Amino acid sequence: MLEATIRTFPWPKSMRWGAGTLRWVRPLHSILCLLGDEAGAEVVPLEIDGIAAGNVTRGHRFLAPESFAVSGFDDYAAKLRRASVMLDPEERAAHIWQDATNAAFAAGLEAVEDRGLLAEVAGLVEWPVVLMGRIGEEFLDLPPEVLQTSMKEHQKFFSCRNARTGRIEGFITVANTETADHGATILKGNQKVLSARLSDAKFFWENDLRTVAREGMEGMAAGLANVTFHNKLGSQAARIARIEALAREIAPLVGAAPDLAAEAARVAKADLQSEMVGEFPELQGMMGVYYARAAGLPDAVANACKEHYQPLGPSDDVPSEPVSVAVALADKIDTLTGFWAIDEKPTGSKDPFALRRAALGVIRLCLENTLRLKLRSLLTPAFTAHSAGTATPHGSRSDFVLAEHVAALHQQHLVEAAGEGRSIEAAPVDDLLAFFHDRLKVHLRDQGIRHDVIDACLAMPGNDDLTLLVKRAEALAAFLKTDDGENLLQGFKRANNILTQAEGKDGVEYSFGADPKFAEGPEERALFAALDRAEAAIAPAMKSEDFAAAMSAMAALRASIDAFFEAVQVNSDNAVVRRNRLNLLSRIRQICLSVADLTRLEG
Amino acid sequence: MTANPPRSFQEIILRLQSYWAAQGCAVLQPYDMEVGAGTFHPATTLRALGTRPWAAAYVQPSRRPTDGRYGENPNRLQHYYQYQVLIKPSPPDLQELYLGSLAAIGIDAGLHDIRFVEDDWESPTLGAWGLGWEVWCDGMEVSQFTYFQQVGGHDCHPVSGELTYGLERLAMYVLGIDHVMEMPFNDPDSPIPLLYGDIFRQTEREYSRWNFDQVDTEMLFGHFKDAEAECERILAAPATDTAGRAITMAHPAYDQCIKASHLFNLLDARGVISVTERQAYIGRVRALARKCADAFVTTEAGGGQSQGAVG
Repeated sequence: MLEATIRTFPWPKSMRWGAGTLRWVRPLHSILCLLGDEAGAEVVPLEIDGIAAGNVTRGHRFLAPESFAVSGFDDYAAKLRRASVMLDPEERAAHIWQDATNAAFAAGLEAVEDRGLLAEVAGLVEWPVVLMGRIGEEFLDLPPEVLQTSMKEHQKFFSCRNARTGRIEGFITVANTETADHGATILKGNQKVLSARLSDAKFFWENDLRTVAREGMEGMAAGLANVTFHNKLGSQAARIARIEALAREIAPLVGAAPDLAAEAARVAKADLQSEMVGEFPELQGMMGVYYARAAGLPDAVANACKEHYQPLGPSDDVPSEPVSVAVALADKIDTLTGFWAIDEKPTGSKDPFALRRAALGVIRLCLENTLRLKLRSLLTPAFTAHSAGTATPHGSRSDFVLAEHVAALHQQHLVEAAGEGRSIEAAPVDDLLAFFHDRLKVHLRDQGIRHDVIDACLAMPGNDDLTLLVKRAEALAAFLKTDDGENLLQGFKRANNILTQAEGKDGVEYSFGADPKFAEGPEERALFAALDRAEAAIAPAMKSEDFAAAMSAMAALRASIDAFFEAVQVNSDNAVVRRNRLNLLSRIRQICLSVADLTRLEG
Repeated sequence: MTANPPRSFQEIILRLQSYWAAQGCAVLQPYDMEVGAGTFHPATTLRALGTRPWAAAYVQPSRRPTDGRYGENPNRLQHYYQYQVLIKPSPPDLQELYLGSLAAIGIDAGLHDIRFVEDDWESPTLGAWGLGWEVWCDGMEVSQFTYFQQVGGHDCHPVSGELTYGLERLAMYVLGIDHVMEMPFNDPDSPIPLLYGDIFRQTEREYSRWNFDQVDTEMLFGHFKDAEAECERILAAPATDTAGRAITMAHPAYDQCIKASHLFNLLDARGVISVTERQAYIGRVRALARKCADAFVTTEAGGGQSQGAVG
């Protein structure tokens, strides 16, 4: 079994070596295999491709080159430590971080926390030795993000920040050995490598700044015409033209100047063509901010270079600057409608184009900025832009024409959508809207709002306005948490059940209005009066979107409905009275359903 | 450093040559074509294929046009030297042999931080991959250590161990030089001492300009197509020549593959190849490399049977 385990061990990637056929992660030289109990441990007899298992192992290659025998796991860990190997990765990480923070503190700096880097570095050493150094004066003017990224990606260095100025001024490297000169030679070597790396970063930075000074951000972006975004969705330049047109439409709805939003959309992805982002893709957006500032563009435009990508995940910040919001929405809506148009939707765990993240981004942009957008009227022209794009051959020359075409179509469809309330592309729009609603349910569930509460609100008009939808759902959720709310729901359900049964049996709809003159007892007359009051309060509250007020007016019905059911038999022998009571129940249903579709609520 | 540290770039090369010669390697000379790395030398690419044992070491001048920095960057160059060792099958003590070579050029493992950092190596242009390590010395990558698993789409049996040293960086380190152009090329006490910059500063400037701004891209596109066509034509030639000799021309075909690869690198440095086209060009070079590998394994040197007895 041990042999089979070794021969079939599921390494993510394994290799052969020499003339043999055994596969392992790297050449296998020795097998340490013991089986023990209280009495002691014995070597398990095992031989694989000429390697016999034994009780002998080695520690640190340079600090403790001698081999040694071990008698069990505890002995193994203890002897490894004596042989300069810290076995537990978490202990190594803790050790590194403690020494790093101390070294930085001693130099008047603070180590910049990076858990991912810490785990990686802990995996690269057996015997961590922390060394701290200073960054050369000539590099301190590089953007801190560049310093940090270059040091992390290439050298696995931690950055050290001057807390007073915010500048990155030092680095921490973790060596794997102790030396007679206490790491002086090692640190000097690392410093030299860093200088070379940063010279390179400086070279990119200065070249990019020259490009921007000479040709502006749009000049930097020119090459995007030759970069394919997706083979069915055209070039990056074509995509940017669509985003620009859409951002221009969205701008007035979010309080941004259309021209600024359009300019921001045009330059927001220019840095993808910069040398710095070519070297460090993770700096996309951030470099755009620096280069746009250098090009003298307004702050709102510069900031949009970074912020239009946001939010990047559920915990990332949502931009609030209107220009950034307009471009961020346009970017995400273009992506979503594009992949919807070519039928590349997420399935199960597969979401290669991060469309769920894009949809959540749109949702959070709307909600956290309390935007009142009718998504349907934005999705429709965005879809149209894609059908226009796919009909036009891609290429640098056609892009300009395409942009105009898209803009014209936008106008036309906004008018159509406004006039008819729906568009010719209803099916994909509805499908994508349903996707937004699904993502919204997930988002609100995390905030403690049940999915059936959202369903009850989705059935109401204006459900493509996510802010309105959530406002309604929040009010309903709060309402259902009160005693009145819970009881009213039961009263509503009782009324609805009796009514639905009677309507089914009688084959008629009792929606002709109840007449108070047929009311028999005080409870019945009281219900008429309560419904009149509720209706008078609910209609204006709904109109002004004061859902809490509407719901509290609805809650005020609770006592009257309860008393009615307590005292009155709906199915009276008198057919006129019975019909009138069913019509009365119908009024209850109608009034309640004007607030939310309570039939969708569970429990 | 050891008691007898090297004093110049060339001394480091000479010490590596003696060391690997002493380990039984055939010390070859550089390949006489423009290549991006020592791996492209047929002594590595082709000889890693087939079953015949092999042990070779050589210096290979290498060109990476995108790395040109007009001679200003302390250690980036568009023309530089690699030291390459290929041993097939890979010996079990290859890591120790490698560390011995570092000691030979004066790197004292007791004073430096030498680390084997796991690395997956892949050359999409050669259709090759392997596993091994990047070797770091004090945070600097000084060598690449690879066990070839596949070359030209062929599984390697037995497996070759490949060592590639970045000579300039390694030498600068050993000699304590901050800028490559300041590095003594020959002995500093020679009657005419020459620095690396005396030999290469001007060429770096000239080639940087040519690579980035001046190279005639239309001509390069044409040359690429020619090299590709010639490679395929050579391999499609009849198995026997007019005199009836069975000769598969794997090496001449492979020369054309090397050419295509370098032309692609030049075009890439000029920024005229888009991201989508890039993959397509790499795929075209890889297709050539595969065909050359297919041809080589049928030859005698490649361990094939077809030309074992030439009549």
